[in-house]
Amino acid sequence: MLIVDDSSVMRKIVARSLRQAGIDLEQVMEAGDGTEALGVLRENQVDLILCDINMPVMDGLEFVRQMGTVENAKGVPVVMITTEGSESHVVEALSSGARGYIRKPFTPDQVKEHVVPLLGTKV
Amino acid sequence: MSVDTSAAVRSREENWQPILELAVEEVFEIMVGCRVKPVPKSEHKGRGEFTAMIGLAGSLCGVLTVGCDAPTARLIAKGMLGGIATSEEQVSDALGEMSNMVAGNFKNKLTGMDGRCMLSVPTVVTGEEYQFRSLADGETLDVCVLFEGAPVAVRLELHD
Repeated sequence: MLIVDDSSVMRKIVARSLRQAGIDLEQVMEAGDGTEALGVLRENQVDLILCDINMPVMDGLEFVRQMGTVENAKGVPVVMITTEGSESHVVEALSSGARGYIRKPFTPDQVKEHVVPLLGTKV
Repeated sequence: MSVDTSAAVRSREENWQPILELAVEEVFEIMVGCRVKPVPKSEHKGRGEFTAMIGLAGSLCGVLTVGCDAPTARLIAKGMLGGIATSEEQVSDALGEMSNMVAGNFKNKLTGMDGRCMLSVPTVVTGEEYQFRSLADGETLDVCVLFEGAPVAVRLELHD
């Protein structure tokens, strides 16, 4: 699991929500922006990525577009977690390749609802 | 909850006040795990030792601030992080995220804003010896809630 957010507090909150939702996290990796996340993916294999949109250096939408350039990242599902909740942002994120969209503030149940179907038997 | 912004033009302050209150209440309940209710700001003067600011640009321009004293900021951060000890950096980060979520939650409740209102990265100022003056020249919405008995002031200052 890779959590991408420029806020370290939010990365911890997302990880905590996953645990509260009963999702067993074998290993959680973190990145502070899209560029850092691409670096993590070049060195590691992950099952799922939870990613913010508004971040410095490289935002979440650009990150999703560039994931195809990293061999390890191909086919890895991405769920956006963001305050940008407008319909146009959702459409843009999904058309960029994201598989899910969670609006902040979010509950552990909302995280579970989006994450579990994408993890399948890996939960 | 959703509000037609075209109808709100005649008195944004009046129409948007309950929406901002709801946005604040939801963020506290969901992310901090605490139910809060608005109280009269005049009756609860707090020390603004932590002030988180986030800018809004596009169809809605202005700045939203969240201010409280240092012990309250630490309690908010603890609530968001599930009770684990928090550093000064994490406290600022948490309050910045709170301003981000309140602003985002507020604008997401307004119809007619679709994708045309953007948020900046939050900034957090700490200390008491400063004055904050927004250049926003429009209406101001104030929401004050009590968290663990201490006031948390949320202000949205809008450009016309």
